Amino acid sequence: MKGRGPFLMALAGPIFSRLVKAALTLLAIVILNFCLIHMAPGDPAAVMAGEAGAADEKFIADLRERFGLDQPFHIQLFNYVGGVLQGDLGYSYRQQAPVAELILDRLPATLLLTLTAFGVSLTLGIIFGVMASARVGKTTDSLITGVALLFYATPLFWVALMAVLLFSVKLGWLPGFGYSTVGGEETGIWYALDVAQHLVLPALTLGLFFMAIYLRMTRASMLEVASMDFVKTARAKGLSARVIRRRHILRNALLPVVTLAGLQAGQLVGGAVLTETVFAWPGIGRLMFESLAARDYPTLLGVFLVSAAMVIAFNIITDIVYRIIDPRIGAPA
Amino acid sequence: MSVAAPPLPRPTSPLKGFVGRFARNKGAVFGLIVLIAVIAIAILAPVLYPQSPWRMVQRPFLPPFTVDGFPFGTDTLGRDVAAGLAYGAQVSLIVGLISTAVALLIGVPLGAAAGYFGGIVDDVAMRITEFFQTIPSFALAIVLVAILQPTLTSITLAIAIVSWPPVARLVRAEVLSLKTREFVDAARLAGLTNSQILIREVLPNAVSPIIVMASLMVATAILLESSLSFLGLGDPNIMSWGYMIGAARTVIRTAWWLSFFPGVAILLTVLALNLIGEGLNDAFNPRLSRPSS
Repeated sequence: MKGRGPFLMALAGPIFSRLVKAALTLLAIVILNFCLIHMAPGDPAAVMAGEAGAADEKFIADLRERFGLDQPFHIQLFNYVGGVLQGDLGYSYRQQAPVAELILDRLPATLLLTLTAFGVSLTLGIIFGVMASARVGKTTDSLITGVALLFYATPLFWVALMAVLLFSVKLGWLPGFGYSTVGGEETGIWYALDVAQHLVLPALTLGLFFMAIYLRMTRASMLEVASMDFVKTARAKGLSARVIRRRHILRNALLPVVTLAGLQAGQLVGGAVLTETVFAWPGIGRLMFESLAARDYPTLLGVFLVSAAMVIAFNIITDIVYRIIDPRIGAPA
Repeated sequence: MSVAAPPLPRPTSPLKGFVGRFARNKGAVFGLIVLIAVIAIAILAPVLYPQSPWRMVQRPFLPPFTVDGFPFGTDTLGRDVAAGLAYGAQVSLIVGLISTAVALLIGVPLGAAAGYFGGIVDDVAMRITEFFQTIPSFALAIVLVAILQPTLTSITLAIAIVSWPPVARLVRAEVLSLKTREFVDAARLAGLTNSQILIREVLPNAVSPIIVMASLMVATAILLESSLSFLGLGDPNIMSWGYMIGAARTVIRTAWWLSFFPGVAILLTVLALNLIGEGLNDAFNPRLSRPSS
């Protein structure tokens, strides 16, 4: 593995600067979050006192002092940033639990849903995009791009509801509610199968919208690469259309799709809020919806912060994957 | 208004060519017809349904196509679904248009300044743009509306705040490529100031891609508005399509039509705007419209 040394070294520099940039972005998001918390309606001390059932001035003043709410703005900001760095995202007075705990509890379900949806949508999007580009202008192409446009224009929550109505209520094929069967006692492989069954509808509905995006990107990218000179050369050499498509066009066309797919990650998190709400999927998206209804601002903003951090992490991962696929990419200016 | 119209308009008059190219795209024409119908319904809503869409007018849970005058049935409280759809069209179009306009007001100047002046202006503007593109946009919109309290203004503002970054990027790229052209040098030699050059010479040449993007942004804004009101973040005094679906979510097993028809309304409107956007794009770029085959 001697040859890989310089390659990994060359990779380390840009990735380091990427990490520094990500850390700065995250810090900016934490500060934005702090400002949003301050804009939230209601005096947090009064809310706390109300939850505790006591509301006299002395008690509220004590609370304010204990939580540092009487400190000047910049000291509070400093305390908040310090707290977030130690994993303290605030306290949910409604749920009587630390926000970080609530989120950690729900995070695995969201990761399972979003990553499955991402995988499904990217795979299907690339397959159908290649199919459409191979028959550009023909019926297959119009059909595929037409259906993609339809998915692109349909509200996600409505597709989710209609999927529940059709596949769960009318046909009874798949569960349309929850993470696993209520009161189910399966363990091991049977439990995993049960969860997988519950995952099908949410992952597909979340994936369809993004499949439409990836499909359009793949198709456009394939057509662009297909008009390049090296493809003409390959054709002149007498290679079959299929070989050219797979070995010459696809490999080059996929790079921009991967980059753009990584940038779409933020939308995937947003879509998860709607999908989890409809399917009662116990993830952080559903937690966000619940905290909206309960006016639980600490939890709401905690979920916002964590979802932004997830997107940054995802962008770094796609960036690294991209550099490994295509080592020609140099350090960004 | 043409006082002395030329006797024979040249066959390649730019506007005529543009309309012709747009009309050749069947999808775009379909989209335009649907959009005009939606606009007409939105304007005529108070005439068609003089009573408030919140009023109970029939027995609850009336299925569609069963009683004359209530083609889409009634909801859980006996309110007319058809009236709700008509008034919902108003909200969708208003929020879609105004939030797009606000997003353009943020994105165009920022992108233009970044592309034209370069250097530190460009750096700062692009860092801000990247920052807003990194934040999950729908989550930010939810948080903003929740904190500012749901009103038509806060919803419109939140949608504008999450939608301007692509505009800034597009305008920056256009200005970057336009500012090296000869007519800009000529304008500079003629003694025009930077802002005059930008507003009079550069930006008018970047209008067509901005119009295409704006038509797609209205579509996205309508989807965002409906998603927010579906989650209960709609203006509580205004009937909207997303609210109707959100309110009907719990009764989907018994009253499918309550969530079905508003969804179709959103789908048709958003689809129409997307088709129009594609048609405009083809009409503006005649040579790019069909990929080389």
